[in-house]
Amino acid sequence: MFGLDKADTRTFLFVIAITLLAPFILNPFPTDSALAQFNGGYPDLMQRFMIFGIFAVGFNILFGLTGYLSFGHAAFLGVGSYAAVWMFKLLSFNIIPAIALSILVTGLFSLAIGYICLRRSGIYFSILTLAFAQMSFAMAYSVLSNPSFNLTNGETGLQVYASDPQYLKGSGPDITHLFGLEMNATKTLEVGAWAFQFNTGFYVCAFFMIVAFYIAMRIFRSPFGLMLRAIKTNQTRLNYTGLNSRPYTLAAFVISGMYAGLAGGLLAAMDPLAGAERMQWTASGEVVLMTILGGAGTLIGPLLGAGFIKYFENIFSKINDNVLHTWFSLMPESIENFLVTIIHPFVGKGWHLTLGLMFMLIVIFLPGGLVDGGTRIWNKITGRNRTSPDVVASPKPAE
Amino acid sequence: MGILEINNVNKRFGGLQALGDVNLSVEEGTVHAIIGPNGAGKSTLLNCLIGKLLPDTGTVTFEGRSILGLKPHQINQLGISRVFQTPEIFSTLSVFENVMIACFAKRDGSFQLNPLTSIRGERDIHDKVEQMLLDVNMADKRNAIAASMSRGDKRRLEMAMCLVQDPKLLLLDEPTAGMARADTNNTIELLKEIEEKRGITMVIIEHDMHVVFSLANKITVLAQGTPIVEDVPSKIKGNLKVQEAYLGGAHE
Repeated sequence: MFGLDKADTRTFLFVIAITLLAPFILNPFPTDSALAQFNGGYPDLMQRFMIFGIFAVGFNILFGLTGYLSFGHAAFLGVGSYAAVWMFKLLSFNIIPAIALSILVTGLFSLAIGYICLRRSGIYFSILTLAFAQMSFAMAYSVLSNPSFNLTNGETGLQVYASDPQYLKGSGPDITHLFGLEMNATKTLEVGAWAFQFNTGFYVCAFFMIVAFYIAMRIFRSPFGLMLRAIKTNQTRLNYTGLNSRPYTLAAFVISGMYAGLAGGLLAAMDPLAGAERMQWTASGEVVLMTILGGAGTLIGPLLGAGFIKYFENIFSKINDNVLHTWFSLMPESIENFLVTIIHPFVGKGWHLTLGLMFMLIVIFLPGGLVDGGTRIWNKITGRNRTSPDVVASPKPAE
Repeated sequence: MGILEINNVNKRFGGLQALGDVNLSVEEGTVHAIIGPNGAGKSTLLNCLIGKLLPDTGTVTFEGRSILGLKPHQINQLGISRVFQTPEIFSTLSVFENVMIACFAKRDGSFQLNPLTSIRGERDIHDKVEQMLLDVNMADKRNAIAASMSRGDKRRLEMAMCLVQDPKLLLLDEPTAGMARADTNNTIELLKEIEEKRGITMVIIEHDMHVVFSLANKITVLAQGTPIVEDVPSKIKGNLKVQEAYLGGAHE
């Protein structure tokens, strides 16, 4: 189905199902229970799962497939956001032109940056991309924000003001919308003690994520994708086989840049604000972590990694000392205080510490990321020995 | 006029004259071996043919057209394939995918943007690869990951990747270096078969005299960057100049 083989169709349908049912899956605990804070099924976080899923899936095309580690992809995320907000300022709050311009502008931007950076490979490529991203950040933060030419609105961040022209707005809503469907509209379904939230913005993001994932799947299974994997393995042989690796790497770079642009545009579509910190090198590092954590070079890995990290960032960071005290309140006070002291550095503001430890454990024990772990567990259960379904198997013999 | 013409090629690395006035003509359909002691300039000459090095002076023409200054992928697109001393293959991919890449390169040229076409739909490519794997006796290893195979099988795979492109000229750089005797003999058999069935012109650079004398129709002996003798194999063995070059002028 959809031009995919059986295993891929199954993966694709699985991703669609998980995505559409996310409001249920991410809300397993009743609203009033003590565990309710582990529920991730609220609109803002679910949107982030989808958006950073797109970002990581695109990054994986460059890093996982082609083997070029970019440390500057957040620049494209930021450029995408700025482009989208400008469309809101100039036209209207409709997200379609905004997202279209985001993808277009980041495509051109990544073409220029990729053209220069791809002259080198390995660590030098990584450093070049990092340098470009930091330059973009500095430009957005200060250079491109001065009274005579204010493209980014510097520290404050680019946002829509009442005085902006919005030429096509007419009587449209004062909030980001898709032809009238407002992005922050949320319907709540109460079932017993549970409350499930269905948010328009989330489903818009989910739609784009599914399309983005489908395209990535097709790329993985195309001759083009095969060449990208060949580049990762042995560029010398590729050149002596009559293939020019430069256009291939550049195309992969631009495609993954456009994915990042789409993600940036969606971020702005959910919340019409673009700040320079979106382009910081920490944001570039985050997508590298997502991809490696989930499993670089696998289809579904980057989605898992993005979900994992965003969940940590939003849920673990909310656990403060008060929450910890309520958890251990049944214990004698001295033990309670002791446990809280021990756990304190790992939660709340210290969530990075937990994430760092988990990252180390995964890289050391599961070099293939979460997908690798899943495959190993699956093999244990079924007693079979097979590689991950994501690892592209060679085609069946011709009938 | 041969298919490959090398005229007055000179290459100097600092004070070292690596190649001095090399003239060589490779006839179409022949197996031409280039031998010589270590440091004779064999590899330098080969690197000048495949776009890795640019000679200081001289011309190299393939089918009457100069190939100097072309990039490796452009030279390959003209119909020159190269087999490396250490097999260069896509080690993390399967045997089938390795050959398939070569097939796509032959059909689609050096770059093709087709991210949404499915590999599974490429029936003619599949058939071609299957046939190639049968020809080189690797059909049973089609799904093996290239890195997991023996040196001999890797060489065989590399050869299959070259052959599937129907090259006009095959350049082999010490194709049996570091191989076990059995693998060496297999490789000789394979090369003989290629010559008989396909009639591809080959240039072999080789140390192993057994290989050279089993395969070549013509041998050029290089010494200190200059060809000293060019003749058929039977006459090379007894040639005094050749013995001198190899034994370092022992008769002085």
